[in-house]
Amino acid sequence: MPPHQDSAGRPIVVVTGMGVVTSLGAGKADTWKNLIAGKSGIKNITRFATDGLKTRFAGTVDFVPAEPLSSPELSERLADLAADEAVAESGIGHRGDFPGPLFIAVPPIEIEWEQRRQVATASGANANVSYNDLIRTAAAGKFTPFHERFMFGSVANHLADKYGTKGSPISLSTACASGATAIQLGVEAIRRGEASAALCIGSDGSINPESLIRFSLLSALSTSSDPPEQAAKPFAKNRDGFVMAEGAGALVLESLEAATARGAKILGVINGCGEMADAFHRTRSSPDGKPIIGCIRNALGDAGLTPDDIDYVNPHGTGTPENDKMEAMGVMAVFGERAKTLPMSSNKSMIGHTLSAAGAVEAVVSLLTLQHQRIPPTINYQVPDPTIPMDVVPNVARDAKVRHVISNSFGFGGQNVSLVMGREPA
Amino acid sequence: MADTREAWITGVGIVSCLGEGPDAHWQAFGAGHPQADTTTYPPYIIHKIAPLNFDTQIPKKGDQRQMEAWQRIGTYAAGLALDSAGIKGNTDILARTDMIVAAGGGERDIAADTAILSGLPGAAAPETFLNERLMSDLRPTLFLAQLSNLLAGNISIVHGVTGSSRTFMGEESAGVDAVRIALSRIESGQSEIALVGGSHNSERPDLLMLYEFGGFALKDKYAPVWQREAHPGFALAGLGAFLVIESRAHAQARGANCIARLSAVLSDRSKRQPGDITAGLKRLWDKIAARLKPGQAAVLSGASGTAPATAEERAFLAEHKDIAVRATGTYIGHAFEPQFPMNVALAAVAVSRGKLYPPADESGVERTMKGPLTQVVVTSIGHWRGEGLALVEAA
Repeated sequence: MPPHQDSAGRPIVVVTGMGVVTSLGAGKADTWKNLIAGKSGIKNITRFATDGLKTRFAGTVDFVPAEPLSSPELSERLADLAADEAVAESGIGHRGDFPGPLFIAVPPIEIEWEQRRQVATASGANANVSYNDLIRTAAAGKFTPFHERFMFGSVANHLADKYGTKGSPISLSTACASGATAIQLGVEAIRRGEASAALCIGSDGSINPESLIRFSLLSALSTSSDPPEQAAKPFAKNRDGFVMAEGAGALVLESLEAATARGAKILGVINGCGEMADAFHRTRSSPDGKPIIGCIRNALGDAGLTPDDIDYVNPHGTGTPENDKMEAMGVMAVFGERAKTLPMSSNKSMIGHTLSAAGAVEAVVSLLTLQHQRIPPTINYQVPDPTIPMDVVPNVARDAKVRHVISNSFGFGGQNVSLVMGREPA
Repeated sequence: MADTREAWITGVGIVSCLGEGPDAHWQAFGAGHPQADTTTYPPYIIHKIAPLNFDTQIPKKGDQRQMEAWQRIGTYAAGLALDSAGIKGNTDILARTDMIVAAGGGERDIAADTAILSGLPGAAAPETFLNERLMSDLRPTLFLAQLSNLLAGNISIVHGVTGSSRTFMGEESAGVDAVRIALSRIESGQSEIALVGGSHNSERPDLLMLYEFGGFALKDKYAPVWQREAHPGFALAGLGAFLVIESRAHAQARGANCIARLSAVLSDRSKRQPGDITAGLKRLWDKIAARLKPGQAAVLSGASGTAPATAEERAFLAEHKDIAVRATGTYIGHAFEPQFPMNVALAAVAVSRGKLYPPADESGVERTMKGPLTQVVVTSIGHWRGEGLALVEAA
């Protein structure tokens, strides 16, 4: 086959820059060091009062200033940090002139209680507030910045301004698979030949009372508060839900041809992407596991690889009873007997679940795993689940030969996306 | 271009204040009587969705209960589009149909919001009060009606569309880019068939607050969008619009009818300095100008009536006085994410009928078109950011 093309005759897509920020720290170095050490970024929430809440801990990122604090503001700051690291590492383009489109996964955006309260107070309606009061007060023009800040497109447009990405920036959501979808859209654009580079980001800074309570009311969150750093227990029998977290991951993708031409260092390859929507239920997976199985197989097929080419699974691994059971079932169906010895460790045991960012954060960790040939552990794994007879790399990192990784991301609304990544262009 | 990768629009599903389906819209455009609501949220003008019999597209009451209005409108319109394309219930095709939905967020519980806001000033510990009230007042399932990607999720569940599912956010641009990416994937061979669109509910006081932070909502008096210069603003719209787009090869293999060809979708963003919109529109226009046939083309504008977006679009259109213009927003209002898919659908309907509807404007922007209509350029100028164009051509 011609150089720079994969077995399907498409441009090979490589990674030339990566950035990440999580509850474990800002930047790849800190995040990787802490992941390998098996450290947890989960702690008691101090950002707001947690009285009366069933879950009072999370993987908040409190070391990144975002004023005035809101979910889009923090999501933007986190995305900016990750993008800055990725773009700097890639050395692509010029400052403020990124030669390709932006795809960014962000949490759904809406006016939050802090703003709602400010407007209600300014309305003078005191103990009898109606939306008429809020609208009248909004229209008086004293809160003009709230409009731009709470546009769904605001984070993407601000980043497009700063990085000089080309064309209309795409903001997207596939719930907890969003970060992986952002990467998939970048891969597709490069394969179509529309772009020779793309900036793909997943970001989420949405831990506030209402978002936490929404997940809590769906019984999705761990309530094991003693101590918080042991709350996230993916694949363990005593797992009791996921732990909300914040963070961002960013990748600079390029065609192999463009990266080679400019002498860029190639950090890894995105071999393939797969997806399959689940029509069973809004929050639960189809009991037969078919969409998860189909998603993983689609990704392998898109990569032109077989299950035997995969040496490590970076799972969605949220730590909810349902997700981990269904994901293990899907992995066992695809990988057969080999699933019992195929390493599969959940980054979320340490980072928490970064929601819209998770797919991108975990793609970065997957590429670091390939780069270092070392697998981060699943921590808090004390009580094995006999229904998940797999090698979850319990509690301690280990060296391993890893040729290809598959990273899964699943979300509410039947969203399933898998990415296959490798070390070097085949 | 007889390329097998050319994209055909083979299904449209549209609902608005004018009713449902192409005929209802065409009749209303022909009658020239916009339906604006002035009584629901005075002094604001909105366009309420016409009454729909949701049972016909969402047969399970349980599914309807799991949705809020915007999702019911969207799932309904998606069903109409699948019916129109003749693939409703065709599990083989639906299992490989790619879906791109353009969406914002869902409804809030207005009663809970206002009760909590009213209680906060007297609460001894406001943060604790907020937590306790949210824990007791929020319906657990409301979250699923608020998540942007859960319109797509509901379409998967109700209609069985499962090839892929992606939701684009970002107001007007989300709708443009959803159609653009679907088209690019089909033209390049990454996809054969796609369901693309979105929905919006106009009965959202929380959205009136959001847009009134920026002073964008139309109030006091209804006027056609081109006649709002002294009194700018958009009228929130209840609207659902979905398109089935497929490769010519795929459509021909299954004997599908081509309503119209989708020949181009372009998008960009300017920083919105004065003159940026006019210049940005010109850049996009220049990419399709050579393909336009004099006397046979019209513009279906997505103008919303806001300033300066509509004023700059008007300035651009004034340089193309040879081409007839219609702004559908005069009739259907402004719905952000689904506005562009809606106008692409209406453009497809227009070229399939071979004629434009009468002008509905006394400012001189809209003029009578005599000739046969074979091409429509659809515009989208976001109220805050984003510019887009589509070229829709007769089959």
